[in-house]
Amino acid sequence: MELKNAVAGTLESGDIMIQIGPGEGLQVELQSSVAAQFGRQIKSVITETLEGLGVSDAYVKATDKGALDCTIRARVTAAAVRATGKDVWK
Amino acid sequence: MMFVPGNNPGMMADAHIYGPDSIMLDLEDSVTMAEKDAARLLVYNALKTIDYGDTEMVVRINPLSTPYGRKDVEAVVKAGVDVIRMPKTETADEVRELEAEIIKVEEEIGCVGRTRIMAAIESALGIVNAYEIATASKRMMGIALGAEDYTANLKTPRTPEGSELLLARETIVVAARAAGIACFDTVYSNLDDMDTFRKEVELIKNLGFDGKSIINPRQIQVVNEVFAPTQKDIDKALRIIAAIKEARAKGSGVIAVNGKMVDRPVVLRAERAVALAVASGILNEEELS
Repeated sequence: MELKNAVAGTLESGDIMIQIGPGEGLQVELQSSVAAQFGRQIKSVITETLEGLGVSDAYVKATDKGALDCTIRARVTAAAVRATGKDVWK
Repeated sequence: MMFVPGNNPGMMADAHIYGPDSIMLDLEDSVTMAEKDAARLLVYNALKTIDYGDTEMVVRINPLSTPYGRKDVEAVVKAGVDVIRMPKTETADEVRELEAEIIKVEEEIGCVGRTRIMAAIESALGIVNAYEIATASKRMMGIALGAEDYTANLKTPRTPEGSELLLARETIVVAARAAGIACFDTVYSNLDDMDTFRKEVELIKNLGFDGKSIINPRQIQVVNEVFAPTQKDIDKALRIIAAIKEARAKGSGVIAVNGKMVDRPVVLRAERAVALAVASGILNEEELS
């Protein structure tokens, strides 16, 4: 699936900013003040969400401000939809 | 009913902590056009994941006449929202159009009849058609006033005393009561003027509204204080209900409390006072039975 560069989310507390662009395989670079405790979980939510959308090649830069898993899923989906132009709604 | 912007995940995660009766996640006016897609996904994922407990979950969608409305319906019905709030409702046909969209999604996921509708009335035409709107669908659970758009449509400013809203408020209460559904008043946006806010809540309670829309957790306590019945009201209501039970047990048709005859409107007021006392946490429902 062809990707262009896209962004979703903010740097406000409780949110996460997802920057997505072309890449080989799924590469996730994470910045988070809780990376030591939850970094693996956050990256796992990001990659699972992308795989669920059929995105297997992308470079993702995630800047986390304490987002819940549901927020991470929403922001990754929004970024992927913007990058692919393929909406999840009918 | 507390309004929460649909594109603010921090607020959406914390909103229920403050104990509002219902939370309205907003996809309409508080979300810019560039962020409609992202807000819809946030609201969908929040509804699917966050445990809001007993709080009634409402989502204000974008009008169906916009490119966003139908996708909003699909997302929030699939997420299991309790109530869809339809903005700027002017005719019964608009309600029926929304209902058809809801049914389409509910049939797809196998849960027909689950989603209820609340219509926000925000224009002179909407007020003129209030009863038709209130009775347009069996899914209608309430109608609400949206005062900012309404006053703009009337070409009048919004004043602290609210005289420009009186006809709209009374029309909405009468239409809701005639239709047998709930009615909710508009928001009061000046958080620095809690005295005027309290007066407005007292006014709309006396007009007959079931609740008030709010924009900040600070306003919850005032609404609960104003809507909660006084101890004197509760004691009187409990005496009336006890007298009715006793009279029924004796097969007596005429009931008197403290020398005054109790007729049907008095009973209905007593039952509402007890219901409000239970809803406010003053009375325990189990103790009543």
